Amino acid sequence: MSSRNVVVIAAIVFFAVVPAFGTDFFIDFVLTRTLILGLAASSIVFLSAYGGMDSLAQWLIFGIAGFAIGNLVAASGRGLALGWNPWLSIPIALAVCTIAAALLGAIAARSFGIYFLMLTLTYAVIGFFFFGQVTTFSGFGGMTGIDAPEFFANQPQRLYYAALAMSVLCYLGFRAVTKTPFGMALQGVRDDPVRMASLGFNVQLHRTLAFTMAGFVAAIAGVLNIWWNGQIDPTSIAISPTLDLFIIAVIGGILRLEGAWLGAFVFVGANIYLRDIPGLGSIEGIIRDRILAEERFNTVIGIVLLIIMVVSPDGLAGALGRLGRRSDADVATTSVQ
Amino acid sequence: MVTAGVLVAKATSIGNGGAPPISIGLFGLTPQQIVLLRRIPAAIGYAVGGFICLWILFLADRDWTIATSAGSAIAEPGEFTVTLLDGLTIAGLFFVVSSGFTLIFGLMRTVNMAHGAFFLLSAYIALTLQQTLVGKTRNVQPEDVSLINWFVPLLVGATVAAALGVVIQQLFLKWNQGQDLRQAIITIAATVILADQMLFQYGGLAQRMVWPGDMVRFFEIFGQRYALSRLFMLGVSLVVGALLYLWLNKTRMGMVIRAGVDDEKMVRALGINVSVVFGITFFVGSFLAGMGGAMGASFSGVAFGTDGQWLLNSLVVVIIGGLGSLKGAVAGSLLYGLVTTFAPAYLPADLTFLSIIFTFVVLAIVLAARPAGLFGRVD
Repeated sequence: MSSRNVVVIAAIVFFAVVPAFGTDFFIDFVLTRTLILGLAASSIVFLSAYGGMDSLAQWLIFGIAGFAIGNLVAASGRGLALGWNPWLSIPIALAVCTIAAALLGAIAARSFGIYFLMLTLTYAVIGFFFFGQVTTFSGFGGMTGIDAPEFFANQPQRLYYAALAMSVLCYLGFRAVTKTPFGMALQGVRDDPVRMASLGFNVQLHRTLAFTMAGFVAAIAGVLNIWWNGQIDPTSIAISPTLDLFIIAVIGGILRLEGAWLGAFVFVGANIYLRDIPGLGSIEGIIRDRILAEERFNTVIGIVLLIIMVVSPDGLAGALGRLGRRSDADVATTSVQ
Repeated sequence: MVTAGVLVAKATSIGNGGAPPISIGLFGLTPQQIVLLRRIPAAIGYAVGGFICLWILFLADRDWTIATSAGSAIAEPGEFTVTLLDGLTIAGLFFVVSSGFTLIFGLMRTVNMAHGAFFLLSAYIALTLQQTLVGKTRNVQPEDVSLINWFVPLLVGATVAAALGVVIQQLFLKWNQGQDLRQAIITIAATVILADQMLFQYGGLAQRMVWPGDMVRFFEIFGQRYALSRLFMLGVSLVVGALLYLWLNKTRMGMVIRAGVDDEKMVRALGINVSVVFGITFFVGSFLAGMGGAMGASFSGVAFGTDGQWLLNSLVVVIIGGLGSLKGAVAGSLLYGLVTTFAPAYLPADLTFLSIIFTFVVLAIVLAARPAGLFGRVD
């Protein structure tokens, strides 16, 4: 078994048993959040690593899921306020997101590389203005009082395990997809679209389908998020959180699926525990005001991103992967000897 | 077969002699049919454009169809003129900001995600400097502001933004030239840090720069009052555009830049120091963002989050117009500016909030017809 799989299995086991030891705060605000953000970020990583598409629209789809649930479930307030049963709203929300992803993907499928990144960023910002201005669905004030199903109400551990189950499922799903003929062709499209087209593969269709699949996963994360959060407003899908999700994927390592959750853990953990690191808490003066103050978290994450881009462009998972390969190579040489 | 049923190219030969008809794809189309299919988006574009012209000219009137906030151009020429002027003036501002973006991309293939942050930084510096020059920290009145009190802050703010741009380019972008995603992410990091530090420094409230007093007047056109300051903004944009055109087309440096856009390696091989040219281009590109910042701060004010909005504006303009093309920046600015002003004015009165969708529709149609934008080149 490769060291990659060992690490992944160890991580899953860790996540499965940790509720027995951790505090409720740690489970609810650190780990559940990590799993949800990691799940959303994994859709970015999937598109980037296997489809060669660097998408900034995943957070938008994540948000559309939230708005769809909000419109269907909330009984009063802004939006449609249909007051449906939370369970019933899930398939509708997922369907809406998948269709939206297919549409957005179809338009973007002919753009490559950096153009794709820019186009999806444009989607994200237009989405923000859409939900802000179109008061039929929300308006800038946003929606509150979106109830999770009874099963999850005031049960942080249940929601945690739901997020864990979905994360594992989607992770395995993504890895399985990459081994199917479709996944192989997708990787071919990533490496050389012109050659794949001349071999008779429909490049646009492959890219659109991959984008749709990633959209579906982002939508699942969005549903979990709205249960966790209970409210959503357009500011939460504005450009800054959109970039945050991308940053999570990049910090973790945009070429490895596991990196998504690793990046999310670092992001959430840094947000909460940064000032508890011994030594940092006692720094005074301009560094404290401008960098270490609680509300200056974005500066910290920007600096982290900058360092990662300068030092290890394939992120933390990439750096760990290089270590892992080295130890695998050691094992191989020893066994040969 | 790898993708069974997705796309299978078949060549079936029929009977005796003659070229076998080729059929491609799920639906068994011939190549001729596929070429025709590819024209559909452009045809839709023309049809939509034609209908919109008709709608604005005649139909958008309650006598004919449904009440709009402006009324058709025939019935309400004043409203039409005002909307058109609004569109042209905002297009001017779009052009100033996005031409910097497209200039940098055209030469260096660097997508500068910090463009909006430079815009906002220059805006804050300019309006703070203007307040210092006028000697008031709040309630600056147009009478207090002379032309100098407007142009000096604009130039200083833009220069600071440009200098910062060059620093970022020299420190972080120079050595990984060609890795476009890495460069884009580095500029994302820069924009995250800058936005946060500006929030700390200047707070989250909306602030405004003040137009020079001479320009804050109204004049009459087709029975409508119109602000001179908007035309002033258009004038500044036109001057910027003209200077940019002259610089790129009539000077040696401009020649080198245009050559670099076409074939950077060849320019390098001819013994021209491309690194210096890159630095200068980044300076000018960020300077343009900065100028746009001061103009935008006078036009609609700035606040936390304005940077993202202007990054979006630049992106939409260059995606429509085609990345790296100055002609594309002009066309994209005009189209985007006109759409953003005409959509709310000529939509049915109770549906004006849907105008944001039109930005998306324009984007979708343009990209479906020309994936690289109107004037973009596929490399």
